[in-house]
Amino acid sequence: MVAETSRGAEVTRRDFLKWAWGAAGAVALAEGGLVAYRFFAPKVTEGEFGGVFDAGLADDYPPGSVTPFPNGRFYLVRQADGGFLALYRKCTHLGCAVPWDQAAGQFICPCHASAFEIDGDVINPPAPRPLDRFPITIEAGAIRVDTGTTIQRDHTRPDDAVYA
Amino acid sequence: MTVQDPRPESLPQRVWESVQRDELPPHDDRGRMRVVMNNLILHIHPSKVAKPTLKFTYTWGLGGLAILLMMILAVTGIMLMFVYTPTPERAYNDMLRLRTEIQFGQMIRNLHHWSGNLMVVVAFLHMLRVFFTGGYRPPREFNWVLGIALLLLVVAANFTGYLLPWDQLAYWAVTVGTSLLDYVPVIGPAISRLILGGPEVGAATLTNFYGLHVAIIPLMLMGIISFHIWRVRKDTLSIPRRLDEPPPDRVEKVTTLPHLVAIEFVFALVMIALILLWASWMDAPLEEAANPDHSPNPAKAAWYFMGLQELLLHFHPVFGAIVVPGLALGALAALPYLRFDSDAEGIWFRSRRGRVTAAVGALTGLVATPALVLLDEYLLDLPALLPSLPTIISNGWVPLAILLLMLVLYYVFVRRAFGASACEARQSVFTLLVVSFVVLTVIGVAFRGEGMALMWPWEVM
Repeated sequence: MVAETSRGAEVTRRDFLKWAWGAAGAVALAEGGLVAYRFFAPKVTEGEFGGVFDAGLADDYPPGSVTPFPNGRFYLVRQADGGFLALYRKCTHLGCAVPWDQAAGQFICPCHASAFEIDGDVINPPAPRPLDRFPITIEAGAIRVDTGTTIQRDHTRPDDAVYA
Repeated sequence: MTVQDPRPESLPQRVWESVQRDELPPHDDRGRMRVVMNNLILHIHPSKVAKPTLKFTYTWGLGGLAILLMMILAVTGIMLMFVYTPTPERAYNDMLRLRTEIQFGQMIRNLHHWSGNLMVVVAFLHMLRVFFTGGYRPPREFNWVLGIALLLLVVAANFTGYLLPWDQLAYWAVTVGTSLLDYVPVIGPAISRLILGGPEVGAATLTNFYGLHVAIIPLMLMGIISFHIWRVRKDTLSIPRRLDEPPPDRVEKVTTLPHLVAIEFVFALVMIALILLWASWMDAPLEEAANPDHSPNPAKAAWYFMGLQELLLHFHPVFGAIVVPGLALGALAALPYLRFDSDAEGIWFRSRRGRVTAAVGALTGLVATPALVLLDEYLLDLPALLPSLPTIISNGWVPLAILLLMLVLYYVFVRRAFGASACEARQSVFTLLVVSFVVLTVIGVAFRGEGMALMWPWEVM
């Protein structure tokens, strides 16, 4: 025993078993954790928020308009140049629902007074980044918005908008 | 051959003795100690306690009060479970039914609501008591850490319960509260999604919070409370001392029954009476049903998070929500492991000098916190002053570094100007920070109105 340990780098049977037990325990814990995570993970239902929304025909939206989709939690924005944006209505600061203020031409958050341009850009902090957006596809003039993918952005860019 | 039963007692007497083995009432100290030792509930106490620790104005009965509130919460909470369904369709309606249909429904809800909120206050005060009497010093370091875990669990219990009425107050307070998690780097958004059961507060969130509130958190609380009390029993209470009184080498002990149990019993009765009275007069708030389309203005977090929310208005969110509270909690947990350079266990505020420096700390916090809030609100705009830097630096690292530097300077000032020991100076900084936190909470609750603008309390309502 003494001779074995004194050989230094060599792994004793006791060490080996200790590590084997530790590794087996860690694997068992990881498995349990994975099962628990998969069990509790959020599930998305089709047709509800988190699914794909049919927003009708592009021609029905005049340029410079903001149309709320309460079930999809987004605003369909048609910019003055005709480009479409689907903006998540959740404030990027602390998650309040941001209403569109038609008179001011801005999104103004009631919680902490963050304000956003029609394209979602921040006018007034504390919001740290522009409103998130959802991807839009326009096929044969019909608009579809995928609320399953939230696109976060640090700055607004011209190619955020989609054209019919 | 007949067997003679050696016990001459009657059957009812034998049944009673099978349940209660010791003579009641006990007729000597030995009997009193046996009763405590052999009783399932009483044996959370040692059979004898140090007489000086019975002094009410030393402990203020705060730990015991927390246990009492825990019992009230368990009883009323289980009752509420029978009349409440955690779904968006039913939850709010069940709140209305508690008010209109169910006899004593409002009363039971009031008791649960007020006890839950009082619990947060009592747990916090209990922590302050232990700190200011030096009760967290070795060998009680780990019990202090357990206490911090309990404080966090109490807040978590309250926060998960906050959502259950499913009114506007609940919905938006929880939305704002869980959005803080999104700012935790890397894992934050995933944890927030897991807790919410989706991207926003909804039916899945209600189910999750209900499970956490009625099962997971209470079980964890019970486990850690048992550990906490067992440690108190093993480590015993710190012995109260007057200023400049040397540590006693022998302490008079008295039997737990009746000396401690009688105090606990009377205190519990008085507190139950006060809570019943309060719950009969004050209804738990209930606003309109939750409406995910419309955030109220202002949307405030739960009151015990208002200090954090106030920080958020001044710091970059990563700092307001994560770095500053994280540092504070870390420092709190590290406190009992620092070196102690004075023997002050059991003396309120350590020493004569400790009392002065603690008062200086409290006063500094009371004056400096509102001053800094006003300064940042109306005069100082760091991101505008440092436009070339990202806001996480200009409104995060920069103000944090300035504040930490000010704290260090304050510490040095207290040590130099008052000749304070490290313990006393540390206590002064602690007092300053606690008072600042309380002031921030008061500002958030009473001085923040529409659009979270600063205003007088009578304008907020």
